[in-house]
Amino acid sequence: MTAKPASRPDFTRIALILAAAWALPGAGHLWLGRRQKGLIFLVTLLLMFVFGLWLEGRLFPFELKQPLVALMALADLGLGLPYLITRALGAGGGRVVAVTYEYGNTFMIVAGLLNVLVMLDAVDVAEGRK
Amino acid sequence: MTSHLGLMVLFSLSVSIVFATLQRDAPREQFLLAARLLGGFLGAGILIGWVLYFLPL
Repeated sequence: MTAKPASRPDFTRIALILAAAWALPGAGHLWLGRRQKGLIFLVTLLLMFVFGLWLEGRLFPFELKQPLVALMALADLGLGLPYLITRALGAGGGRVVAVTYEYGNTFMIVAGLLNVLVMLDAVDVAEGRK
Repeated sequence: MTSHLGLMVLFSLSVSIVFATLQRDAPREQFLLAARLLGGFLGAGILIGWVLYFLPL
């Protein structure tokens, strides 16, 4: 009699959930049936991103010559499709002389970083750890 | 709305909601944790603001 193999997580499914959670905040939780959490993440993080744009913050480009700018771009990218769509539309250029410029940057950077936490939480849920 | 205090409240509220939703499952517990986090963020912000007031810059 052979031993039954230990159950292994379905990596393809987890990768898809991770991709969905990155592309749209809360999508991973919605996929996993955590509707309330998914909707809260979706609304809150998108509002933070929109507030950041409204406050004339900048979506940073990947400039490897300026490491801090590249790090901020990485944080912005954490929000997924909203970041890519906004960049594709040519918005999010920011206005450095605006009083609210730094506030706007902070809102968008933190929204991206919070979405990374939300993605990791979705993976934990998918793997049965939560 | 775009005052420093107003934006601090808005930012703290958003972060508190996301943290509380990540950490708790029941809506009531989420609400209580979000309220505690919000109070902590705002209290710390105001306290640090007053400490900075006394620094000669």
